[in-house]
Amino acid sequence: MPRNLTYREALNEALAQEMERDPSVIVMGEDNAGGEGAPGEDDAWGGVLGVTKGLYHKFPGRVLDTPISESAFIGAAIGAATAGLRPVAELMFVDFMGVCFDQIFNQAAKFRYMFGGKAVTPVVIRTMYGAGLRAAAQHSQALYPVFTHIPGLKVVVPATPYDAKGLLIAAIRDNDPVIFFEHKALYDLTGPVPEESYTLPFGEANVVREGSDVTIVTLGRMVHTSLAAADELAASGVSCEVVDLRTTSPLDEDTILESVENTGRLVVVDEATPRCSIATDISALAASRAFGALRAPIGMVTAPHTPVPFSAALEDQYIPDAQRIVNAVKPVAEWRR
Amino acid sequence: MTDSGITSVAMPKWGLSMRSGKITDWVVAEGDPVAPGDDLADIETEKITGTLEADSPGLVRRLIATVGEDVPVGAAIALIAPPDVPDAVLDDLAARARAVIDAGLPEDDGAGPVVETVEAGGRKVSYAGAGDSGDVVLLVHGYGGDRNSWLFLQEPLAARHRVYALDLPGHGTSAKDVGDGSVDLLADAVLGVLDAVGSDRAHLVGHSLGGAVVLAAAARSPGRIASLTLFAPAGFGPSISAGYVRGFAAAQTRRELKPLVGQLFADEQLVTRQVVDDLLAYKRLDGVDAALAALAETLLDGDEQRIDSAAAVRALGEVVPVTVVWGSADRIIPAEQASSVAAVAPGAAVRVIDGAGHMPHMERPAEAQAAVEETIARAG
Repeated sequence: MPRNLTYREALNEALAQEMERDPSVIVMGEDNAGGEGAPGEDDAWGGVLGVTKGLYHKFPGRVLDTPISESAFIGAAIGAATAGLRPVAELMFVDFMGVCFDQIFNQAAKFRYMFGGKAVTPVVIRTMYGAGLRAAAQHSQALYPVFTHIPGLKVVVPATPYDAKGLLIAAIRDNDPVIFFEHKALYDLTGPVPEESYTLPFGEANVVREGSDVTIVTLGRMVHTSLAAADELAASGVSCEVVDLRTTSPLDEDTILESVENTGRLVVVDEATPRCSIATDISALAASRAFGALRAPIGMVTAPHTPVPFSAALEDQYIPDAQRIVNAVKPVAEWRR
Repeated sequence: MTDSGITSVAMPKWGLSMRSGKITDWVVAEGDPVAPGDDLADIETEKITGTLEADSPGLVRRLIATVGEDVPVGAAIALIAPPDVPDAVLDDLAARARAVIDAGLPEDDGAGPVVETVEAGGRKVSYAGAGDSGDVVLLVHGYGGDRNSWLFLQEPLAARHRVYALDLPGHGTSAKDVGDGSVDLLADAVLGVLDAVGSDRAHLVGHSLGGAVVLAAAARSPGRIASLTLFAPAGFGPSISAGYVRGFAAAQTRRELKPLVGQLFADEQLVTRQVVDDLLAYKRLDGVDAALAALAETLLDGDEQRIDSAAAVRALGEVVPVTVVWGSADRIIPAEQASSVAAVAPGAAVRVIDGAGHMPHMERPAEAQAAVEETIARAG
């Protein structure tokens, strides 16, 4: 029976159900086990935002604390995956991923290919992304384009509690390395989530709103911002179809192209910076494969090409909001040759 | 209808969890004469879009709810009255009804439908009830469905009966393991729910595979059964859309599922995004693929039906009232099979609903409800 859970609870339930089902699933990360026995704490902290809370006592020996050394524990997780475990490693902020690029890019992503399909690396790396928490330039980036660029990695960016649970279970069961992006501002979002385990396939975008005038392709937190913009645009007579990519690798090209062929107009909304991004990638896809259907230039709403500012006023300007989306969609909708 | 002949048309409750609905289109205008069964309005809920029919004759004197606004269940949306009722009386009623709609939904009292569970044959079976008094009526869905497929019938029937709808094993929120997938195993769930609600005299209503299931349950425990209403039941002829049965089990995406679900209905407009999304979410639960594959084997022998319900209906038809209801435009199990029921159970009432598909209880709920009520009445 679907109850309403938060995004955080949905992730926690996915982890608990997979650990219950499969003894090879382990959880590791900073403060996943820490805090146990601290004043006022019966349980471990369950990670910096409590996503793994409750698992430490339930699955003895399978929730591991790691030192603040991402290069070490991500390497350990990848090694454990090659040796038969299914580790779910929590790397607090995606911004810190830089110190373990070799383990991810050159090792985990390549094993299947370099060993002729004989090696699998079923590791999941969960990580937080995104601006809006006044956490400044080193804790706020939306770096999924970097990982999407690397063949051999799968990249998941869930927008809702329902998707978070189904995609995390699918990620754990997948035999390839999966980088799983959780937006900091979504953890308290609530939505219906079935009690039972379920999986959502990778590479299937979700048309979260049907419309006929303009296609908005987006992902992660921007799905909600885009839906708010679509509501506002509907009031002024512009019907938007909103496509949530859910995974950027693999990418559901068919759903994007089908929607653009129906509407003839495309705006991509992406919280990441604009160079070599999801926004440019989707735009190129539409321009090369649906050129005949396009009736207006493609619009892109992204962050500016700057580090995320620490100034609250500037950070608010940095993140795409509904008004910027409305402002970008209107000229696309009204374009006449 | 009041003494003055004024009928207040209320926002219907379609499904136990429905709290409000939206009118998407008024089929009638103020001043139109209506008769029972005439379409009044198209109404959209979170789950489905349906058509509200008039249940009493008169003139549409006031349309209160406007297209697109949220209206709480039970709030008056229109007034039907004879021409001699004065405008002032109607204006007063309409103003009060307007205030109810404007007040919006009452605070959520948390009293949503209570879903209960029972262990039957070692499996968890979920069911939900409505209604406080009267005979027990148990609604049993078909292959790939769930208790919510009775959303248009359960509340209206609950006005006079205690109406339960269950999720068969492999479906809804019941256990997904279906063992050998046999009809008898599914019938355990029906008898388990009757035990759980303490019923020794129940009216069983089954759709499609659920029709065969209620017959199997009744055959095992005929003394507990008061009547049988069968909607497009399985087991009355060789012909069935094997493509639908196998395709539904195999479908992995919305693209694959939508056209299949459309085959269930004569009017494919009823298949909203939400209907397909809900089915897809169900199909993606762990264990459902295996359950549907097993049940497809139960239904099919090659491309024909494996189930034979003739013996059960022949025996039961001599003991309790039986009604069989079929949509004339059924594309899953052809309506001609209604005559096979009549051939083996001469006392059975046969109703063919002209223009309905495989889901008459969703497409033509008023006629479906009437068929159930009439069968219950015959049982005395």
